[in-house]
Amino acid sequence: MTRTPRAVLLFLVAALIALAVFPQFAERFYIQLVTKIMIVAIFAMSLDLLVGYTGLVSFGHAAFFGIGGYALAIVARDLDLTSIWTTLPIAIAASGVAALVIGWLSIRTSGVYFIMITLAFAQMLFFVVHDNLALGGSDGMYLNTKPTVSVAGIDLVNLRNRTEFYYFSLLCLTASYLFCRMILRSPFGRVIAAIRINEPRTRALGYPTQRYKLASFVVAGMLAGLAGYLACAQFGFVNPALLSWRESGQALVIVILGGMGTLYGPVIGSFVLILLEDYLSSLTEHWLLVIGFFVIGVVLFLPDGIASLMTRFRRRPADEDGGGETTVVASGAAGDD
Amino acid sequence: MILATQLSMDPSFFLIQLLNSVQYGFLLFLVASGLTLIFGIMGVINIAHGSFYMIGAYLTYWLNLQTGNLFLAIALGLPLTVGLGYAIERLAIRFLYARDHLYQVLLTYGLILIFNELQRLIWGNDVHGVPTPPGLNYSIPLTEAQAYPVYRLFISAACIALAAAMYWVIQKTRLGMTIRAGASNRTMVQVLGIDVSRLFAVVFSLGAALAAFSGMLSAPVSSVYPGMGEQVLIISFVVVVIGGIGSIKGALVGAMLIGLADTFGRVLLPEFAGFVVYALMAVVLLWRPQGLFGEPAR
Amino acid sequence: MTEFLLETEGLSKSFGALAAVNGVSLGFRRGETHAIIGPNGAGKTTFLNLLSGEIRPSLGRVRFKGQDITAATPDRVSRLGIGRSYQKTNIFPSFTCLENCWIAAQSRLPSSLRFVWPAERLSDVRARAMRGLELAGLAARRDDVAARISYGEQRQLEIAMMLAAEPELLLLDEPLAGMGPEESQRVVGLLKRLAQDHTLVLIEHDMDAVFEVAEVLTVMVNGEVLESGTVSTVRASRAVQEAYLGEDQTA
Repeated sequence: MTRTPRAVLLFLVAALIALAVFPQFAERFYIQLVTKIMIVAIFAMSLDLLVGYTGLVSFGHAAFFGIGGYALAIVARDLDLTSIWTTLPIAIAASGVAALVIGWLSIRTSGVYFIMITLAFAQMLFFVVHDNLALGGSDGMYLNTKPTVSVAGIDLVNLRNRTEFYYFSLLCLTASYLFCRMILRSPFGRVIAAIRINEPRTRALGYPTQRYKLASFVVAGMLAGLAGYLACAQFGFVNPALLSWRESGQALVIVILGGMGTLYGPVIGSFVLILLEDYLSSLTEHWLLVIGFFVIGVVLFLPDGIASLMTRFRRRPADEDGGGETTVVASGAAGDD
Repeated sequence: MILATQLSMDPSFFLIQLLNSVQYGFLLFLVASGLTLIFGIMGVINIAHGSFYMIGAYLTYWLNLQTGNLFLAIALGLPLTVGLGYAIERLAIRFLYARDHLYQVLLTYGLILIFNELQRLIWGNDVHGVPTPPGLNYSIPLTEAQAYPVYRLFISAACIALAAAMYWVIQKTRLGMTIRAGASNRTMVQVLGIDVSRLFAVVFSLGAALAAFSGMLSAPVSSVYPGMGEQVLIISFVVVVIGGIGSIKGALVGAMLIGLADTFGRVLLPEFAGFVVYALMAVVLLWRPQGLFGEPAR
Repeated sequence: MTEFLLETEGLSKSFGALAAVNGVSLGFRRGETHAIIGPNGAGKTTFLNLLSGEIRPSLGRVRFKGQDITAATPDRVSRLGIGRSYQKTNIFPSFTCLENCWIAAQSRLPSSLRFVWPAERLSDVRARAMRGLELAGLAARRDDVAARISYGEQRQLEIAMMLAAEPELLLLDEPLAGMGPEESQRVVGLLKRLAQDHTLVLIEHDMDAVFEVAEVLTVMVNGEVLESGTVSTVRASRAVQEAYLGEDQTA
């Protein structure tokens, strides 16, 4: 159920090579932009774990992204921690705990309720940060020293260097992808796939489905925390906008635009959407207007995302399960009201 | 604690907070009832619902500038928002009826981006005040130091009138009968041979107008600013989650609870002001995940 | 009191004013095949849903091996060893047949909150899944996507999934519904084989199949037990003949 077609595998390898050699040819600005895109891709991929694989549509995923970023800024300022070996686990744990609490409350509901509740709780955290002067209020916080990555006193990567940060982010993106693949192939992955397709049946087979959904929510939250951590480290700055509903919405757009339930789709989606945003914002101050129409266009004309175009061209003769699966998801999820 | 004792000693202070709660609750009720109607009957979750609130407020601000009369501004603005709701339903929402909630959320998210950007294009990023209409800009003295603005009472009165009218429409008219049938059993409406596409367009326009009307009434009290739509949208979600989705009665009770919790939360627990309404939602989720008046999921 | 593997006591469920199941007290002996028959709307499926924990009863108790499971959730009931198949095909359409049985077989692990090791290396799970497929006669279909096999095969898959979880007691809701005569005969054969080492509770409209498989028969009408006993006593019962069997045969 999680087999990757060969064409996709080739594409992924080619993309990885392209990303690996990219900094040798690119200007500084673009190195930084692609770094940002890769970080967003990790975030979107974590959301895909929920939306595409577990069937949980969260509209509050940015909360965990933001918490990861704020956690780094806070421990760096208040505890003087700089090593990645302490700050990263703290940031991921903070996101995980928040996801555990919010998930525990939200998972009791499903469908539209779940969408509204995750949005509401994320907004609550947004206001907590926004109204808290110790966290810099609406201005946000600075990260004065970037995390260090060293073993036995030797620096492995210097995150102050843009190119090295780029490669570090690429490493994180690749590792996140492999991590998600591992989870999806595991016994746990089978259960969440079953829950997405037919939750009552999964429960009747003997799985306490709430627990699995919560576990999925927490894992996705932790991965989002990693992305938030990197976002904070890249720009040396966090503000409440990281947790905003717009950030959550953008991640959902990326997942759908790229193709949900594929993991690599959200990576493609991140590149397309953020490059588009970057281009449009250089043309007009009111670029969000165009993005709004673009989002509507995607919903109406490309609901299965860019990834579906790749597989569609290749698989015309053989009747594979790729196309059929998405229709099942749609009908399954629509039936819950 | 100091405030708590003040509250118990000073009944007029308590009264003011209570009136504020009710007034805020009614405004929320208008927005939330539109949201819950649209979901209950059409099965559509409309994230852009708050945008109609924002549009109502901005239209009032603008029409009030042109005409110099708030009531005239509302009277002119309301048909415009009904028309806008109708157009949005025909141009975008109607493609969503058979679709997963995920796509409904995304499309209406796109609408928010468009509405917000149009608002910036037309009216800019500034916060605008809307003057209270001349006949209503005085206060009723309660004690020597405290008075209550009449316009706030007017808001509550207007909302009560509207809620009564809604009740009448839903209970007594043919349209209301269809709406009730649709809310309890969507397929039944189709079986009864009612023109569903027209019913949906009407419901969506009415829902949009309810949110817009709420924004219009609140404009003189809360002023008009970018992002006001999302703020009210999210609180309306909390209202609907508490009350139970699809239930108008739930929307009313939920809105009043939130009005009370928010107003008194700000006074009694100022450090946790932003928290209180969400805490209330969390408690309801633990106790009755389907909301106070919602049908249990099966 | 331990003479029954599964036992209900005054089990009732009302939906509003409608009493779908009303005061049903039945016992199911270990190793027995017990068929529940009755006209549509008699509350048979609701009764099964009460046993499997999918619905909470309004009144009454359910005991399995002497243990009270009235309030148990469906996942717990399943883990205790009660398997269930559905009247309306209830499978994972986009999974292959093997994957459908896999998820059933995997449910017998103490926990599936295991994130690292690939699932396909669990050889005992694979063996159980394959055994389910083979018993139900679907081994040849193992790699076919469940949505694309025939309706009769989907009904067999339903049973295969139940078997892959290796339950002690099987709750079968109209396993023959919608099957052609040949497929029916095959499933009846399977039921007879299963009856040898399982306890079966069976809802079925096909009376020939019922008489072929069942040892004990319960007739439900309007949510209540009209008659219950060995097949021959129930067949002889005048009340049953009047209320149900006679009507069915003349129709």
